[in-house]
Amino acid sequence: MNPWRNIWTITKRELGAYFTSPIAYVFIVIFLLLCGFFTFFVGGFFERQEASLVRPFFDWHPWFYLFLVPAVGMRLWAEERRVGTIELLLTMPITAWQAIVGKFLASWLFLGLALVLTFPVVITVNYLGHPDNGVILTAYVGSWLMAGAYLAISCITSALTRSQVVSFIISLVVCLFLILAGFPPVINVLEQFAAPRLVDLVTSFSVMTHFEGFQKGVLDSRDVLFFLSVIGFSLFTTSVILRTHRAG
Amino acid sequence: MIKVQNLAKVFGTKRAVDDVSFSVSRGEVLGFLGPNGAGKSTTMRMITGFLPPSGGTVAVGGFDIVEQPIAARRLIGYLPENAPAYTDMTVLGFLNFAAEIRGLRGDARKTAVSRAVELCFLEAVLHQSVETLSKGYRHRTCFAQSIIHDPDVLVLDEPTDGLDPNQKHEVRQLIRRMGEKKAIIFSTHILEEVDAVCSRAIIIDRGKIVANGTPQELRQKSEWAGAVTLRVRGAASSAVTSKLYQVPLVKKVTVVDEKDGHVTVRAFPKNGANGALAQAVGEAAHEWQIEQLQAEEGRLDEVFRSITMPDTVKETAK
Repeated sequence: MNPWRNIWTITKRELGAYFTSPIAYVFIVIFLLLCGFFTFFVGGFFERQEASLVRPFFDWHPWFYLFLVPAVGMRLWAEERRVGTIELLLTMPITAWQAIVGKFLASWLFLGLALVLTFPVVITVNYLGHPDNGVILTAYVGSWLMAGAYLAISCITSALTRSQVVSFIISLVVCLFLILAGFPPVINVLEQFAAPRLVDLVTSFSVMTHFEGFQKGVLDSRDVLFFLSVIGFSLFTTSVILRTHRAG
Repeated sequence: MIKVQNLAKVFGTKRAVDDVSFSVSRGEVLGFLGPNGAGKSTTMRMITGFLPPSGGTVAVGGFDIVEQPIAARRLIGYLPENAPAYTDMTVLGFLNFAAEIRGLRGDARKTAVSRAVELCFLEAVLHQSVETLSKGYRHRTCFAQSIIHDPDVLVLDEPTDGLDPNQKHEVRQLIRRMGEKKAIIFSTHILEEVDAVCSRAIIIDRGKIVANGTPQELRQKSEWAGAVTLRVRGAASSAVTSKLYQVPLVKKVTVVDEKDGHVTVRAFPKNGANGALAQAVGEAAHEWQIEQLQAEEGRLDEVFRSITMPDTVKETAK
């Protein structure tokens, strides 16, 4: 049996689950409202007088995702464990990996969809001026990769517990750490007493540092690798956690 | 089809399943009995590959569940305890998903789903979300999922739990019918079910198998097996009792009831009476007016209790 067929079956089911419950609609509406509000009012899109989305739009994404991605990811495994369907899922003729990847992909595609639905800002900026659409596209790719990294972390915390709330809070804290490790005010404090090498080490773990490159329109393989390895590592950890639960 | 050898599961310091071995072949329906917490569900979870065993092996259709999990799982249909199902899906959506993940596509999937729907009487709720279903329907939905790929092996954890008497009857019929061609394990704590459905039963207590045999054989272990109940008119219970004690095959006589000139006593046989007791008791009682003379079959519930709670049963038997 083709493993991708199994993965796709899981993905389809998960995607369906988002759209039969209110989660999908609530999430998309709130995400779009936040994007619009922060871009045009807080981000000062018009006051800047420049045809760019980097500062007013993409700068906010790490912070939106901090709350929204754990909300999307929290149910992935916690719900399966609470309802007991995990027993069905993991006794089907599929590997645990296929289930993990399938579920992750569904949520990631869903986040991608929400991101695509922000296209009116791209149209707006193109209507008003002549932005570098290459930069916008790279920033979108980076934003999606970053969402994937957050999501994979939510997978871990979701596998850890039956409670969605606990999962949400833990992944929020972990993701917050990933942001703050590269947040300028935090770095400034850190620089005062830590060795430069240590500061570099800490900042290299931050999604901010790696998202920065994408925002400038630079597709650096190191940044892509960073996000992909966070995803890979987190999914692997998820599989280990799921296995240990069952080993008793 | 199913071969379980020295299976063990340890949770922390507790041995939930301890050295369990049995096998089930095609055409057999194995009833899995035991008090709550005896290790029934844990054993089934290991057979289906959900829990890895701490020791021992499980082979399904020749495939080891740990070494070749996918091949083994393909042969198994599994109804977990409490019949979980994705609450956000419709019944049809859920069954389609189950069929698809079992590798059924296109027409094969449609046929499989409609067959399962028919067998489990789900037509009425096909487009309803699982969340809104009554417990009975939800149970049948999960049951339908387990038979959707017409598996060779069925593992059913309390398949009749939460169903009304009619549904229970239907499910039992279904299990018995399917048992002719499949290997089925199902757990229950309803003993009448064992008689109605099983070709063999295993009683498990504190993780160990304590009895294994056909329902008939298990019943033989009962004190009641071969006992005779006698009701006569116009005699004192003491007279009847002492008369019966003179019959060589009788081990013990108890008075069940005495009122309005009727006496009901029960005589228990010595070992090796082999059903001859009824005649002997009948002959001994011929001077009285016999209203009832009945040879008892063994009673499963009593066997079950005497095996799983040996101490308390002796108390109540006195």
